[in-house]
Amino acid sequence: MTNAPSTADDAHEAVVVDRITKRFDGTIALDDVSVRVNAGELFGFIGPDGAGKTTLFRILTTLIVPDSGIARVLGSDVVEGIWTLRRQIGYMPGRFSLYPDLSVEENLRFFASVFGTTVEREYDQIAPIYVQLEPFRTRRAAALSGGMKQKLALCCALVHRPQILFLDEPTTGVDAVSRREFWELLAKFRAGGLTILVSTPYMEEANRCGRVALLQRGRVLAIDAPKAITASYERPLFAVRAADRFTAIRALRAYRNTASVYPFGEALHFVDARADASPDRITSDAIDALHAAGVTDATVSPTPATIEDVFMARMGAPEGEEPNAQRGNPA
Amino acid sequence: MSPAPSGEAIRAHDLTRTFGEFMAVDHITFDVKPGEVFGFLGANGAGKTTAIRMLTGLLAPSGGEASVAGHDVATESEAIKQDIGYMSQRFSLYDDLTVRENIRLYGGIYDLTPSELRDRTRRILDRLGLARAERTLVRAIPLGWKQKLALSVALLHEPKVVFLDEPTSGVDPVTRRQFWELIYEAAHAGTTVLVTTHYMDEAEYCDRISIMVSGRIEAMGAPAELKKQAGVASIDELFVRLARPSAESTRGAA
Repeated sequence: MTNAPSTADDAHEAVVVDRITKRFDGTIALDDVSVRVNAGELFGFIGPDGAGKTTLFRILTTLIVPDSGIARVLGSDVVEGIWTLRRQIGYMPGRFSLYPDLSVEENLRFFASVFGTTVEREYDQIAPIYVQLEPFRTRRAAALSGGMKQKLALCCALVHRPQILFLDEPTTGVDAVSRREFWELLAKFRAGGLTILVSTPYMEEANRCGRVALLQRGRVLAIDAPKAITASYERPLFAVRAADRFTAIRALRAYRNTASVYPFGEALHFVDARADASPDRITSDAIDALHAAGVTDATVSPTPATIEDVFMARMGAPEGEEPNAQRGNPA
Repeated sequence: MSPAPSGEAIRAHDLTRTFGEFMAVDHITFDVKPGEVFGFLGANGAGKTTAIRMLTGLLAPSGGEASVAGHDVATESEAIKQDIGYMSQRFSLYDDLTVRENIRLYGGIYDLTPSELRDRTRRILDRLGLARAERTLVRAIPLGWKQKLALSVALLHEPKVVFLDEPTSGVDPVTRRQFWELIYEAAHAGTTVLVTTHYMDEAEYCDRISIMVSGRIEAMGAPAELKKQAGVASIDELFVRLARPSAESTRGAA
């Protein structure tokens, strides 16, 4: 493998991924992925299961090698610089990877000792989390709640003072309160200058990151700041509200001007197929169509696109479905 | 589909469960109407799982009462099992069986006649677009298909009430919405749906929700009304406001 010569820009680039491809038994996990992360960024990889998030993190943390393409972390090639990088990076895998039979404190001391340091020496680094773990110092890791397990894992990934942190789905399956606390911790570490790469299947968590990459089945759909991504949604989007959502969905699917319609929380998100119709026209025509189908209480109003709207507009057909299936069709 | 039964599909009145000194479910009272989609939210350890185990007839209440599909949970738990469906993210389908074999297995468990089984199998395969995958092992089909199939199998015996335990984790947003449309379709046909989820945005797909904190129901109502009353933009905000003070320290590990 060739090492591309460093450029002046590399000093600011904590991670450079250049056209990485990786297959497992014929399944393509990463398909020509390129992305750059600057030093000091809190950067999110957003996508469902099978998007390639874990594979990418395992390549960047030197655990597996790509089939093609190159990746550099902190200026070192991930294949050739493996032993340098392993001391410089912190990694929190998606599966809980601490020792369940050791206490909170024992786990922490163990990970510190592996890197030739002590909890006391690194205390200032881990203090923001350690204060939250302290009441449970003597509890076995297996007996912690999901949220506390994740905080302990983060603490263990930080105890050797890494320059960059890779967190693979740290908030998956954790309740909403713990998730919020975890993101608040990440914001603190990011403010301290740490570069953080984090993956998540929860689309709304994109807004916690400075920039994000949207990933779907091994491909990058978009890379930008969350606000720039939502601003890139091309069509006027409308929220349709009606007490009987099921009938309203059916009615809009049968409506000739519908480009897409899908449930979105308490509302339906609706896009009109006509490029030249005014918002007022779109609204009144949609209400007429709903009325004709017996939905008499519907309201239709413009609504800003979210990360999920953009993701759905760009992802193509779900796995196993015909690529040309009409958008927003039922299962 | 069968006509909506009269009365409430789920009734809980002062339903309580203790484990020793620990009050896991603390006098909860709520009703769910036939055909309603009810979101059952709470932090880890708030008591959701204990409450659902009581409502599905798997765990006897320590106090209060509850009925599901008209059957008392304490005295008629066998009758409840015939009238409910259950789907969890972790356990529902057998990976080593084909799509069709999974449907047949559940048909056998619920004593469907051969003609019922044939008709409903066809209906499921057509509805999900799975006809060409019917002889494929479940382990080989995409996660989104598995989840939609698991829901269809949970509805195979046309239960009056279906319990969905975090059904949509990990799937792409389009598949997630297809799943919700299946839920709406079942509810429209009269099935009552009780769903737990960690996705707070998903709570907003429900007709009504309850939020459990430390064994009690601290908020209940339509998502839009709850947000309006609390003056918050999302259910996530409301949830954090209610659940945060008691997180971890008072309840211990989940």
